Amino acid sequence: MSHVTGLRCRECGREYPIEPLNVCDFCFGPLEVSYDYDAIAHVISRESIAKGPLTMWRYEDLLPVDGANAVDIATGFTPLIKAKNLGRVLGLDNLYIKNDSVNPSYSFKDRVVSVAATKALEFGFDTLACASTGNLAGAVAAHGAKAGMKVFVFIPADLEEGKIIGTAIYGAKLVAAKGSYDDVNRLCSELADTYRWAFVNINMRPYYSEGSKTLGYEVAEQLGWRAPDHAIVPAASGSLFTKIWKGLKELSDLGLIGQAHTKMHLIQAQGCSPIVEAYRQNSLHVRPIKPNTIAKSLAIGNPADGFYALKTLKATGGRAEAVPEEEVIEGIKLLAETEGVFTEAAGGVTVAGLRQLANLGVIEKNEVTVAYITGNGLKTQEIVRHVANPLIIEPNMESFEAAFMAAGGPRS
Amino acid sequence: MANKKRIRFTFPQQLITEPVIYDLGHKFKVVTNIRRAEVREDMGWVVLELEGTEEEIERGLKWVTSMGVRVDPVSADVIEG
Ligand SMILES: Cc1ncc(COP(=O)(O)O)c(C=O)c1O
Ligand SMILES: [Zn+2]
Repeated sequence: MSHVTGLRCRECGREYPIEPLNVCDFCFGPLEVSYDYDAIAHVISRESIAKGPLTMWRYEDLLPVDGANAVDIATGFTPLIKAKNLGRVLGLDNLYIKNDSVNPSYSFKDRVVSVAATKALEFGFDTLACASTGNLAGAVAAHGAKAGMKVFVFIPADLEEGKIIGTAIYGAKLVAAKGSYDDVNRLCSELADTYRWAFVNINMRPYYSEGSKTLGYEVAEQLGWRAPDHAIVPAASGSLFTKIWKGLKELSDLGLIGQAHTKMHLIQAQGCSPIVEAYRQNSLHVRPIKPNTIAKSLAIGNPADGFYALKTLKATGGRAEAVPEEEVIEGIKLLAETEGVFTEAAGGVTVAGLRQLANLGVIEKNEVTVAYITGNGLKTQEIVRHVANPLIIEPNMESFEAAFMAAGGPRS
Repeated sequence: MANKKRIRFTFPQQLITEPVIYDLGHKFKVVTNIRRAEVREDMGWVVLELEGTEEEIERGLKWVTSMGVRVDPVSADVIEG
């Protein structure tokens, strides 16, 4: 059962009823969901959660929809892996990987969209929509299919084929807009004003973004009901980062874990690091930039939650780091070769940032550290194509042995 | 047809002291209504509502952009990864 009391403006505090609305009419600030935490405290316990399904819906009491009607394709409760090998390379004894790349549509976006689709049905919408460069598109298309809704996905015309197919397969209507990123962005925000559709990341945003809190809850539960000492999170809009912290704080305020003391570290790739730049300037206001990065899923130049991400950095004593573009691929390879997990560019950013923090001595050897791997490598194979250099041989023993020896033999 | 648009302007340092919003309201048939703002030495942003015909707002925003001010929809970037 949902314990939402309404929507509230994060800037001026004005209250609004539970509606498909994301901006305050008065100050144009963003709206956030409010809960009746006293009511939640009465019904929730570690035991009640443990009795729930092995999906993100085990935390339904802390989500802004009625879990009984969830649009559920078994998103969440993804593995938390003790990363001994990667930890050895980085000099960390208590390193964990939260492998969220194995969600149904292969990214953490399934969490936010599962909530948004459920809320959209509650509101009576028959169409689910989004503007996306990949991961969100797939998640919206998959959940829309499950919900029996019409789906419209708007993409920039130059998107890679893998992502287009990974969305179209679910029967979604794809619209490829020609033009610059800014043009497409502006068009989509106008569409949301004009059509009575549930745009997951626009008019559904207050509900949608709450889905990311489950990445905080799960990690705490999987660590045996405790918050990590450090969390390493990749950021585009900054919403995921902000909501993981909100999730940990809620558990701590409800007494389900001890004091949440996690240092929240935010990572971006150099070619799109407006939040890191503001952090370095010791400012709470992000100056918009034009992204130019290999990490396309993180390419947001004007992050909606930049301000709140910066406040979270300050509140938790975490650091914001930008990683050089060339280290993104190294990060992807390092994780694959040490832990057997193939992530996309966003995960490469996380691992490169983790390495940077370890090198800086920000993380102590014994501290419990969780790196969030939020997307799957099979979606962005083109950026690591160069790793595939098979030995080409004739199908006989001599040919194999000649090639094998030429390649360095048993020592290689 | 009159309509309203919610917009965010981001000013680079050299334009902070320029009366861009005043000029927008005088050069074009656009009513400007500021809702939130912050101005510092090195940059400033303003969230405002514009009221006017579609064409006039469009022309006004083209001019603001040509001045070097960044213009974004109020909900920031809408396209996500
Ligand atoms: C794989 C992946 N990781 C992380 C993010 C960052 O999320 P946010 O926009 O909430 O910062 C995104 C999408 O934007 C993503 O696709
Ligand atoms: Zn407000």
